[in-house]
Amino acid sequence: MKPAPFDLVAANDMSEALEALHQGGTEARVIAGGQSLVPMLNMRLASPTTLVDITRIPELSRIEANTDRINIGAAVRQSTLERWPDLADRLPLVHAALPWVAHTQLRNRGTICGSVAHADPSAELPLCLIALGGTVTLRRRRKTREVAARDFFQGMMSTDLAPGEMIVSVSFPARKSSTGYAFREVARRHGDFAIVACAATARPDGTATLTVGGVADTPRTLELPADRADLDDRLNEFAWHLQARDDLHATARYRRDLVRKLGRETLKEALPCRD
Amino acid sequence: MKDTVSEKLLGQSALRVEDPALLSGRGRYIDDLPVAAGTLALAFVRSPHGHAAIRSVDTAEAAQATGVVAVITGEDVAARTRSMTVGVKADVECWPMAVDRVRYVGEPVAMIVATDRYLAEDAADLVVVDYAMLDAVVEPVAALAADAPVLHTSLGSNLINERRFRYGDPEAEFDAAPHRIGIDVTYPRSACTPIETYGVIASYEPGEDAYDVTSNFQGPFSIHAVVARSLNVPGNRLRLRTPPDSGGSFGIKQGVFPYMILAAIAARIAGAPVKWIEDRLEHLSASVSATNRQTRIEAAVTADGRITALDWDQIEDCGAHLRAPEPATLYRMHGNMTGAYDIPNMAIRNRVVLTNKTPTGLNRGFGGPQIYFALERLMDTIARHLGLDRLEVIRRNLIPAEAFPYRTASGALYDSGDYVAALDRAVEEGGLAELYARRDKARAAGRRYGIGFACVVEPSVSNMGYITTVLTPEERAKAGPKNGAQATSTISIDPLGSVTVKVASVPQGQGHRTVLAQVVADKFGLPIDTVRVLADVDTMRDAWSIASGNYASRFAPAVAGATEIAAARLRDKLAKVAASQLNIAPDDVIFEAGRIGAAGNSDNSLSFARAAATAHWSPGTLPEGVDQTMRETVYWTPPELEAPTAEDGVNSSLCHGFIFDFCGIEIDPETAEPRIDRYVTMHDCGRILHPAMVDGQVRGGFAQAVGAAFLEEYAYGPDGSFRSGTLADYLLPTVMEVPDPVILHHETLSPFTPLGAKGVGEGNCMSTPVCIANAVADALAPEGDAPEIVLPVTAAKLAPLIFGDEPAPQEPVSETKTEDTAGGRKLTGEGRAVVQASREDVWRMLLDPATLDAIIPGSHGVRKVGETRFEADVTLGVGPVRGRYKADIDLSDLDPPNAVTLSGQAVGALGTGGGQGRITLTDTEDGTEIAYRYEAQIGGKVASVGGRLLDGAAKVVIGEFFRALARHCGGGASSGALARLRSLVDRVIKGGRS
Amino acid sequence: MPRLTKDETHPVRFTLNGRPVSVRAYPRALLTDALRHEIGATGTHVGCEHGVCGACTVQVDGEPARACLMLARQAEGCEIRTVEGLNNKDALSPLQEAFREHFALQCGFCTAGILMSLDALFSPQPDAEEDAIREALSGHLCRCTGYAPIVQAALAARNRIKGGPIDA
Repeated sequence: MKPAPFDLVAANDMSEALEALHQGGTEARVIAGGQSLVPMLNMRLASPTTLVDITRIPELSRIEANTDRINIGAAVRQSTLERWPDLADRLPLVHAALPWVAHTQLRNRGTICGSVAHADPSAELPLCLIALGGTVTLRRRRKTREVAARDFFQGMMSTDLAPGEMIVSVSFPARKSSTGYAFREVARRHGDFAIVACAATARPDGTATLTVGGVADTPRTLELPADRADLDDRLNEFAWHLQARDDLHATARYRRDLVRKLGRETLKEALPCRD
Repeated sequence: MKDTVSEKLLGQSALRVEDPALLSGRGRYIDDLPVAAGTLALAFVRSPHGHAAIRSVDTAEAAQATGVVAVITGEDVAARTRSMTVGVKADVECWPMAVDRVRYVGEPVAMIVATDRYLAEDAADLVVVDYAMLDAVVEPVAALAADAPVLHTSLGSNLINERRFRYGDPEAEFDAAPHRIGIDVTYPRSACTPIETYGVIASYEPGEDAYDVTSNFQGPFSIHAVVARSLNVPGNRLRLRTPPDSGGSFGIKQGVFPYMILAAIAARIAGAPVKWIEDRLEHLSASVSATNRQTRIEAAVTADGRITALDWDQIEDCGAHLRAPEPATLYRMHGNMTGAYDIPNMAIRNRVVLTNKTPTGLNRGFGGPQIYFALERLMDTIARHLGLDRLEVIRRNLIPAEAFPYRTASGALYDSGDYVAALDRAVEEGGLAELYARRDKARAAGRRYGIGFACVVEPSVSNMGYITTVLTPEERAKAGPKNGAQATSTISIDPLGSVTVKVASVPQGQGHRTVLAQVVADKFGLPIDTVRVLADVDTMRDAWSIASGNYASRFAPAVAGATEIAAARLRDKLAKVAASQLNIAPDDVIFEAGRIGAAGNSDNSLSFARAAATAHWSPGTLPEGVDQTMRETVYWTPPELEAPTAEDGVNSSLCHGFIFDFCGIEIDPETAEPRIDRYVTMHDCGRILHPAMVDGQVRGGFAQAVGAAFLEEYAYGPDGSFRSGTLADYLLPTVMEVPDPVILHHETLSPFTPLGAKGVGEGNCMSTPVCIANAVADALAPEGDAPEIVLPVTAAKLAPLIFGDEPAPQEPVSETKTEDTAGGRKLTGEGRAVVQASREDVWRMLLDPATLDAIIPGSHGVRKVGETRFEADVTLGVGPVRGRYKADIDLSDLDPPNAVTLSGQAVGALGTGGGQGRITLTDTEDGTEIAYRYEAQIGGKVASVGGRLLDGAAKVVIGEFFRALARHCGGGASSGALARLRSLVDRVIKGGRS
Repeated sequence: MPRLTKDETHPVRFTLNGRPVSVRAYPRALLTDALRHEIGATGTHVGCEHGVCGACTVQVDGEPARACLMLARQAEGCEIRTVEGLNNKDALSPLQEAFREHFALQCGFCTAGILMSLDALFSPQPDAEEDAIREALSGHLCRCTGYAPIVQAALAARNRIKGGPIDA
């Protein structure tokens, strides 16, 4: 269980990183924390010929808090964000979700953007990014673009990232006043990938969203009107339309059960937090 | 000699002598040992298939790779070895490496010897194996079907052994009894999964035709004979050594032995020492697991719940090969098939079958979990059926205290116990009344709460002859009797008078060295830290026998017992030596505080070291009748372990501990997750030598059982694909999932062991899974019939039982479906796209290699090899998980220009994929609508390690193909139309409505 | 651009338990292999090589991390601390001592990683609550002890550490 050989580029700045990615094309991968990538290297599920280490590029290690957005650079580790003093206030949903991301020992190396790039449908951070309507900023040699999270995730481990391109940051909309947020998850064990994870936002006008991970190929959002008389029916329709599948850890039916039940609980939790 | 020695260490929780090194990173595990310069690394090419014929193994490219010294195939191995011994009479061969057929995922197919492990793995990727797929069979009952695929053609079927046993008069009792109550039980596969994997270092000396193998093997050393025979050398040409430390085993490291053979052959072929450290993927797919078993058990029961006869029908699944010592899992419990109950009549039918799964071997509990799950679920069922209190049914059937030593129907001699007293104490001290109150309160509040019980007899110190019960009495008579359980211990005293103990017990963390230091220090009246103990083995230097090693919970009863005897003998000798120097009678000598002296006269004494060193420095001064050997080796075997009788009675184990467990479990009403509220476990393990270590064994076994009950399963697809290939799929419990059980003890000393101790290492692996299952049954159905409980008990399994029927969707949903089939995990789906091209144009493109090249994702070239056949070289995958595949594409059922079936097979390093899609073309206003339905099947490595992501990944790849097709067809469209097309295709591919 | 080519070894420098070390490693070499087989620091164990079991946990700049999920090169310039750095000369640290007293290890194979996580927890948080201790331990698999003695040992060590300097 050892990786196949690759060149390693320890980029000192963005231009070095982008040049190396450009040269490597589809055979190059970015490595930051490596907590998703290195297991795949060790199992030889992934055998890129070039790895570009971006963790020493100073500008990628920043958390920038603006009035309405929090931008997180590609080398910001999950534990760094976890310890960011303003997290609970500015990004309450991420604050609630981060402890569910694997274990401390992995969050100490794993990055926010790495989890987004990996696009595991059960991962918590892509779920939060979609639930909050965040964006992903991508760069290649001569082009920078910003993509809405809901467009960035295209399927199982499949994203809009083009060859030669890398994520430079993700941007989470900061907490809005009178909006409630809640996160819940069921996994086989503490720290495992979610069987179902739910993120709810409750807006001041009474409307709400429920975003669900672990069921469809990407996290998916249900918009709910202020009138929740038929909430159970809506949750049921949503659960069915996520096209859950059986796997080793849960049946499709159990996933739908959780969308209905955990979804309801998560919404219930988000609603009173609106002030 | 007066027996006034104050035995103060034994029975105390002495600090472990092992710990300072282990806590400081100075352990000496196999991968830490120094190796000879020039030692090479070994890596394996393994089967990605559950069942396939090997057409050819092409090693040419691998042999040329950097650092490679040798590439070795199954034929190379077979040419230098003999088939490994199989424990039953059957026409079947058992090779450590596949020769012409693979029978389980992970089976070794070739091995690479290279200068380091990285390079060896690089070369392993270059070995090309051409497989012809065969149908697989993974379920034991299915394996018995007349039309089942047969694994070993020489055998003619998958049934490798069948025996029927009859004790007492079971038919008469069943006829007479008012109730015949039975259940069917499916016990799944799990494994004990130590954190350290297998390791072997091997070398070969051609001048002596001798192999030297170091491995973290755990015994039994009967396996030494199996390995020597397979290597075709006498026992003295196979030096087998174990490292001082081992990172856990729980039985599993018995199963390393085929790799000893392979590493030995690799060293011989490479002409240099080789080292192999198994990686986790290898361990999970291809070490050994416990057996899975299908059981029908029935009881003849009186109106008041007394069982008068049992009828067992067991189908044991030993995987792809019957490796030594299997089918021992099935026979280890043979003497105690009546459990803790006084049941005089019994019938047993045992069948051993082979399936396309990992071969089985020792795993903590070894046979116990399988039988007690059946027996104790039956006890629960009997109580439900008769409307009796469950505990009362247990109590009425327990063997009474006055019956010990008790001979069971099938021949075991239970050494000691007072089961009723132990049970009563557990009920009282474990707080059963309070637990009932908790249950009542929870139920009153509408919550799901259940209480379960389990009674278990924990056998220990296996009779080496029990496995011969698998032979008929006639076959046994021919083969000669096998029995006993030899334990060895050597104690020596050096010229400075310090004491060294050597045993062949090969601990894997159990603290043997500490306990033996306690035993010997007590005997000699020495401080514990003056006694040094070695427990690792070198078969060329140490005293050992076939029963040596660490299994069957034999340490405390057998090895510590043998050491006690050796120490007593040496003490007798020292007493005589000292007596002559002190001018007293040997009977008046006492050993205390590092001195040997006269009882009652503390002034008349000499230091232990001085007396003990006499034989070295001045043997001439020894008293008459005392020789100069300051070394005592004891080979101990208990007379109670006799060979099986002509009537198939077998005392399969020397000691029989008792366990009574109860627990409370609550099921979360929102998530269906089960949670242990309280767990109480009462043990009678005879005399407790070291209380903290005994409780450590109980807790450790309990934690593994919690894993087996809720989390762990060796899962296979119907095609033999292995689904639990990583520790993210095979889930071990963490600190969050394991509660701390209440541990109670009720000691009844074993009359058969020198120290009165019995084994304690495995009991909770036998009692806890079924105790939990009984509690879950109680939570689900407090009265009447309970649903069948199949481990692991997951929330997903419980959900339908507690949530009831699922609400249907208002409108039917077109689903991407997956289903498990004999051909692999099948994914089906459909989609459609509208493109701006005519039907004829689309049709032409589908038959054109250049178009296919353009639209097949990751294509490196498509060649037309027939009118409707193509070969392609493609890179497929999602995200970073990409692999290169060779693909065969076939177009069939052509209906130009309306419809065509596109089938493909791809084979690559990451696995295999196959699929079929029916594509139909219809005219629309905008151009042509391409509709497709597909079926895809994926197997191999990706299925083993990426199971959770597999279906979604396949969907992405298939989607990419059609997206590319649409893009290609719509190439001339305006950008607006293109964008519209893309979004349409994307929506279809994502099945999206949101 | 600093490209480390795949077929050659390249120097990697970091401090290991306070001492500067330099090894040559291929770009793909894992930190576990560099520590164990190049430097000879075999106290850090390898259990799964995919980040789940926790046996290989070391401290990287004071924080526990999986050495099996780090390329050796990623340790360049870092302070790496392993189980070999816990002892105070030949004596056990309070944490190690507590493990011994509570029989919190059996085979000892997972122990090094667990010690490194707990040591990292207690350094900034000498009064860590039991929940935090469990959280830290949840990233480790132990197959021998059933965990309860490990939790007990951690609580005992915490109380001892709170009372005095960590390396006393």
